[in-house]
Amino acid sequence: MGTHRSSDEGPILDVRDLTTYFNTDEGIVKAVDGVSFSLYRGETIAIVGESGSGKSVTNLSIMRLIPSPPGRIMKGQVLFEGRDLLNLPPGQMRRIRGNRISMIFQDPMTSLNPFLRISVQLIETLRLHQGLNRHEARKKAARMLGEVGIPSPERRLDEFPHQFSGGMRQRVMIAMALSCNPDILIADEPTTALDVTIQAQILELIQELTKRIDTAVVMITHDLGVVAAMSDRVNVMYAGRIVETGGSEDIFYRSRHPYTSGLIRSVPRVDRSRSGPLYSIPGRPPNLIELPDLCPFHPRCEQAMEICRHRYPPAYSVGGSGSVRVNCWLYRETGAGAEK
Amino acid sequence: MKKYVIRRALGLIPTLFIIITVSFFIIRLAPGGPFAREKAVPDEILRNLERKYHMDDPLVVQYGRYLFDVLRFDLGPSFRYKDHDVNSLIAGSLPNSLILGLVSLGAALTLGIAAGIVSALKQNRLVDYTFMSVATVGISIPLFVVGPVLMLVFAMRLGWLPTSGWITGRYGMQTLIMPAVTLTLPYFAYIARLSRASFLDVLRSDYVRTARAKGLPGGIVIFRHVIRGGLLPVVSYIGPAFAQIVTGSVVVEQIFRVPGLGKFFVQSAINRDYTLVMGTVIVYSVILILMNFFVDLLYGYLDPRVSYD
Repeated sequence: MGTHRSSDEGPILDVRDLTTYFNTDEGIVKAVDGVSFSLYRGETIAIVGESGSGKSVTNLSIMRLIPSPPGRIMKGQVLFEGRDLLNLPPGQMRRIRGNRISMIFQDPMTSLNPFLRISVQLIETLRLHQGLNRHEARKKAARMLGEVGIPSPERRLDEFPHQFSGGMRQRVMIAMALSCNPDILIADEPTTALDVTIQAQILELIQELTKRIDTAVVMITHDLGVVAAMSDRVNVMYAGRIVETGGSEDIFYRSRHPYTSGLIRSVPRVDRSRSGPLYSIPGRPPNLIELPDLCPFHPRCEQAMEICRHRYPPAYSVGGSGSVRVNCWLYRETGAGAEK
Repeated sequence: MKKYVIRRALGLIPTLFIIITVSFFIIRLAPGGPFAREKAVPDEILRNLERKYHMDDPLVVQYGRYLFDVLRFDLGPSFRYKDHDVNSLIAGSLPNSLILGLVSLGAALTLGIAAGIVSALKQNRLVDYTFMSVATVGISIPLFVVGPVLMLVFAMRLGWLPTSGWITGRYGMQTLIMPAVTLTLPYFAYIARLSRASFLDVLRSDYVRTARAKGLPGGIVIFRHVIRGGLLPVVSYIGPAFAQIVTGSVVVEQIFRVPGLGKFFVQSAINRDYTLVMGTVIVYSVILILMNFFVDLLYGYLDPRVSYD
């Protein structure tokens, strides 16, 4: 699974310095604090991190679905085909949502409207974005249900969400999200709420369908197994920032950032001995209110140095081709050319 | 569905039977009786009265007779209002209470739900604060204050409306305005708060986020995805609210001299007018049971997860 990057074509999505704050009673929460990454046509990237690291807020910010108030996108750009989504008028933004960029969410039990038939929920997207009439939209909706592996789709179209199992509902969500052949699919922990046995099927389905219609995927997850299985590149997030980014092989087998290494060591593996408890990173993620200029991971880091307590590390390029970038003071000497 | 309706309708009978039985005996446990006066009534007269109303029979016989009468839709003679039977007293007053109640409930529902939606959409903005302040006032100030204040301002000072009376009288529909406004206020307040809370819940729900992520315009999101779920708590409140409001608000009917059912609730109990007490209890129960039944059906219509099997 190589990247589909070609030299003449720029990224289809370019997120630059995205910054989203939430105003709370306790203070300003810097949920996303200067996140940048790019996504090329047809590739799959992963955003990995613990709960509260800002993965979901990053992607909701891209779609401009942050509840506001209390959330607010402070600065940054989200360039989609060169246009900044953050400055788009609401009407044009709606034409992108669900059409060019679509999302599936963590909990399929609550993400579908319990009061409306599946057909209504599928058809409304098709009619809105593709201008199909009711009859055509219904036919396409049935075809989509069939493609995501729901048996007798024509009949099930008229059922309500509660008549579907969790895995089936996630399939419906996938059908809905891909029905307009989007350029980008943002999958926000699509398997977290599902049975383990179903997870692999759902991931496979996402992979297969997006490849067929050449949709790029942003996979948000805290499960490194998911990352290893399907992503081309990985962005590791901690405390609202991307701390390490690189090809998924690099990240998985040669992780540089102590946080990434900790995450990988926390994954149970069949090829390792079962003696001893499973590793877990000590401590808890930091409070994102009033975070001073330091490495937020240092209290939990086994390799913390004096400087970690005083300044946030810049991004160092490391690895053979310099394709991995890591925000960690450990690479001050070895890393090539710090970028600001 | 048809089965369900029949089953629920049949369920009405034992419920009513229990209500009638319990109230019949409880009201007779209360000290005093319909013919007790401050001045002692001569024994002779009392015995004659009791014989006339069959109160000299054993209680069980009276109960049996009463049940039999109720089955024929005859609620018996009033013990206190001579020459009136309970049927005619209720027939004369219930429609007035119904008119006042339906107008008030309709207004409370329409305005309350609208205020709830707008407040939820504009949470923590000026409109929200305004509606919710009005609602808090509506809940906190009792009817017996609101009514006379309205009367003072609009009838006495401004002279725009008649102080009291009823639509059959000289002033016609004008008499309906102040009692209806007074009665609407607390129900409006409660419904506005209830629907604001539930619409806020729905607006924050995952499925509404999904609807937005699909690119649907705001109006469609609200009307197709938000309203139905947001209305459910209000719908379940309609049942008891309807029964309370249409059987007459004692206070409002007294203040504005509306010839409604409300006063019989109080007076019949004070007078130990056994048959009239039973009549009002039955009317109230039937309305409550029917409304709950209706609300359950409506609920099932709104929420497909409710099954009737």
